[in-house]
Amino acid sequence: MPKVKVHRTSPSLDMTPMVDLAFLLVTFFMLISKFAPEEALVVDTPSATTEIKAPDANVITISIGTDERVFFGVDDKNTKLRLIDKISEKYGVGFTQPEKEVFASLASFGVPISQLKSYLALKPEDQKKVNQPGIPIDSTRNELGDWVQLARYSNPQSIVAIKGDQKAGYPVAGRVIEILQEKNVNRFNLVTDMEVKPVIK
Amino acid sequence: MAEIQQSGGDEGGKKRAKKGSTKVDMTPMVDLGFLLLTFFVMTTTLAKPQIMEINMPVKPKDRQEQNELKASNAFTVLLGGDNRIFYYRGLHQPNMNIIPQVEESNWSGKGIRQVVLDATRANPNLVVLIKADETSSYKNLVDILDEMSITNTQKYAVVELDNADATLLRTAEKGGGAQ
Repeated sequence: MPKVKVHRTSPSLDMTPMVDLAFLLVTFFMLISKFAPEEALVVDTPSATTEIKAPDANVITISIGTDERVFFGVDDKNTKLRLIDKISEKYGVGFTQPEKEVFASLASFGVPISQLKSYLALKPEDQKKVNQPGIPIDSTRNELGDWVQLARYSNPQSIVAIKGDQKAGYPVAGRVIEILQEKNVNRFNLVTDMEVKPVIK
Repeated sequence: MAEIQQSGGDEGGKKRAKKGSTKVDMTPMVDLGFLLLTFFVMTTTLAKPQIMEINMPVKPKDRQEQNELKASNAFTVLLGGDNRIFYYRGLHQPNMNIIPQVEESNWSGKGIRQVVLDATRANPNLVVLIKADETSSYKNLVDILDEMSITNTQKYAVVELDNADATLLRTAEKGGGAQ
């Protein structure tokens, strides 16, 4: 009787298609991704049915948190470098070159100008620990207005976006809008989340 | 792809090429590939935030530049605390003893949306004045601006709530939304 030969299949399977797919996806995500900048202030924006996408560049973002703190951010690095020069000129605060570099790398911040120098001098890991008080918006110390105005001078193409938390009270949002109007920014944008547009009869 | 099939012995010589397996162990590569994939999937922000454009009127230098709004074209929405919303038609002029009837509405599709829709259909020249109280939230403001875009209302403005309207709102809030 002949011996029955058990056909031995190799237990290693061909992983080539899987590797192809994995690297295809890696390439896709690498190309498409833009890293989310680290937000100093977490904002949960309200939803709306608008279908306009936020622009990619030249955006001045004013964030309003639940605790009524106001943060300010500019996306373009060169604008930030020009902006910090203008601010130091106006407020008489001298910034060193490394401090300017740190400022240019900040996505958003919420410290009064008087504390800005000491904040920029901190190490990045210490900066995260600092509880930023927000930018003063009251009429006696309207620093937000100066920030917006000088940022617009630094980059005339920039548009202003307000990114408010849905739980933020109206008074702060209203005050921010008022400041923008004082600085002749009558066209601005509100950052929102997506929502399905209802059909109206 | 990576398994290169070698048809050995093409050289013609009898010398047998060593028939070692040409298969490459791809497991580490796959590991790395999926590690990178996971990393990029986690860090990427695909959905760009939406934005809502609003245009505020240029602040007039003096009162002369302001246009008078006809009472018949005015429609006011008052945003109160606790997500409550009120509206009235016409203008509120306490010095002329014109006190409008304030009605309460809600945020549902049958609420303020229908009211604004009906009002603007009846009178295309209607101007919706949005007055937000200090107790209202930013969400309410975005919601009402969104209602304006849903109902395709062209003329609307965010106006400061004055004292007269504030008292009107207070009484309406206390009255539990009198009809």
